[in-house]
Amino acid sequence: MAGFLVRRLGQSVIVVFGVTIITFLLTRLLPGGVARAILGPRASPLEIAAFNHENGFDLQGWQQYLFYVQQLLHGNLGFSYRLNESVGALLGDHLPKTVLLLGVATLIALGVAIPLGVLQAVRRNRVEDYFFTSVSFALYSMPAFWIALILIQIFASPPLNLLAPIGPQGPISTYLEPDQLTALILPVASLALVTIALFSRYMRSSMLDNLVMDYVRTARAKGVSNAGVLYRHVLRNALIPIVTLLGLSLPGIFGGALITEAIFNYPGMGFLFWDSARTRDYPVLLGITIVVAVATVVGNLLADLFYAVVDPRVRIAE
Amino acid sequence: MSVRAAVPDVPGTPGPGVPAEGGEVRVTGTTWAMAARVFAENRLAIAGVVFVVMVFLFCFVGPLLYRTNQINTDIASITQPPSPAHPLGTDNVGYDLLGRLMVGGQTSLEIGLTAAILATTFGVLWGAIAGFVGGWLDQLMMRIVDSMLAIPTLFLLLVLAAMFVPSLPMLIFIVALVAWLTPARLIRGETLSLRTREYVDAVRVMGGTDARIVVRHIIPNTIGTIMVNATFQVADAIIVIASLSFLGLGVPPPATNWGGMLSDGVGYTFAGYWWLVYPAGLLIVLTVVAFNLIGDAMRDAFEVRLQKR
Repeated sequence: MAGFLVRRLGQSVIVVFGVTIITFLLTRLLPGGVARAILGPRASPLEIAAFNHENGFDLQGWQQYLFYVQQLLHGNLGFSYRLNESVGALLGDHLPKTVLLLGVATLIALGVAIPLGVLQAVRRNRVEDYFFTSVSFALYSMPAFWIALILIQIFASPPLNLLAPIGPQGPISTYLEPDQLTALILPVASLALVTIALFSRYMRSSMLDNLVMDYVRTARAKGVSNAGVLYRHVLRNALIPIVTLLGLSLPGIFGGALITEAIFNYPGMGFLFWDSARTRDYPVLLGITIVVAVATVVGNLLADLFYAVVDPRVRIAE
Repeated sequence: MSVRAAVPDVPGTPGPGVPAEGGEVRVTGTTWAMAARVFAENRLAIAGVVFVVMVFLFCFVGPLLYRTNQINTDIASITQPPSPAHPLGTDNVGYDLLGRLMVGGQTSLEIGLTAAILATTFGVLWGAIAGFVGGWLDQLMMRIVDSMLAIPTLFLLLVLAAMFVPSLPMLIFIVALVAWLTPARLIRGETLSLRTREYVDAVRVMGGTDARIVVRHIIPNTIGTIMVNATFQVADAIIVIASLSFLGLGVPPPATNWGGMLSDGVGYTFAGYWWLVYPAGLLIVLTVVAFNLIGDAMRDAFEVRLQKR
């Protein structure tokens, strides 16, 4: 286990290192040079020289990269000249809101997708299975923004007018107030719907894979009831791959959050990223890219470690 | 029991009840024939193929039969409901919507197909070389792939689309730049097991170079994985381009694509202009579903196991 842990940790560190090289190279590709791209066409040569010195761009070749990594390690993700705030401070404000949105939506998605996948597997090739399979196939093939807009059209416009078409605004501490909570419903729902479509498909096939295993026959031969086989044996084994899936689908969920936040004006990290892309605020773009990438790597690492803990075969195979 | 039951599940081995023509065992031919038979039995997949062919005819042959002006706007006739003159009405700047769907579809399909071909070609070569050579080169090449995969697709796409002005070739390039990672990983995995096969030794004994082994022997043996993945990639690319258009970083006007039309249209949903939303939206969903159905059926036909889906 220790060997597996060390190897897997080492790999993750290398990947994060690789990500910093990519973001560093991306800044080199900026049209017109970094200082011009960030300070704008009206910046004076003096300002550009000061900017270059401050960010280590007056250094030689690879020293620029070292300077960049050194800054990152000190928690300096860059400075947004457009918003006149450091990227770190911006993230401190926006990141918790995204974590809240993602967390609630993913929990709800799991809560719906797991029973749904079990139902589909148990009733495979019957009407219910075909119905839910087609629905999740359609949801999966729809652009996420359209799903969100259909929800708005149904629930947040006449004649129903039940919910707000805009996500909660203001500081996150107010999100538990009744008004803010109702505003949270639609963003959470539209993000959860896409995730449910993906997860239930996996849960169904994971259940089906396990239903034909030898241990199922053994359990039945021992006289375990149908429900006992299903919930005590099959379900528990079928849930294991879902953990890996959760780790692997983090990038997709981040992407979904970006679109959801853009539609509902939800002031999270995805909204900030989108806003920065449209206004070409590169320091924010690259800073968030690094944060999201590190989150993805950590998510994958945790999923792998969990997998190794619950399924000893993984450790031995390594 | 039908005759089909006699067909064994393992591709590449002719069935016991099916004598090969002329007493000759033609392994490759049998693989393809069997894959084709399994595919043809899947009625959903056939429906998918028929739909894709129809969409292609609609987008590329349609404009020859149904001529509309898709360059100049017509402010005098904006957002008209469907009528004999405009079967699907007109959009918010007066373009005929049926004609617009054809032109937009051309862009969506061109981006989807070209990006999928580019990404697959590059990804397959990358993965095959990494897997075949092995050692530190494999480590280096695959860590590059891992690092790029760590950045969520949409984030990487938005950074690139913000940096470079999105023209049509640039969009294809950007989508391909993100999409080649999955085939690279898949093919590397397959190459690792294929390179120890006896036929690889045989080629080497006959004096074949490494390049010949990779290009003529290893890659052709992964064709199932390649084709399945490429099909899914077309579907993904159409969705990705739609999302980029919605986020305001798609193809610039007067060019358009289904995603752009859909995201322009949803702004008018509340005015009741349904024809601006549903035709484009349904075409996206149905085309993506069709490509996914074809991909699923090919996966069954070639018995490919993918990490994804």
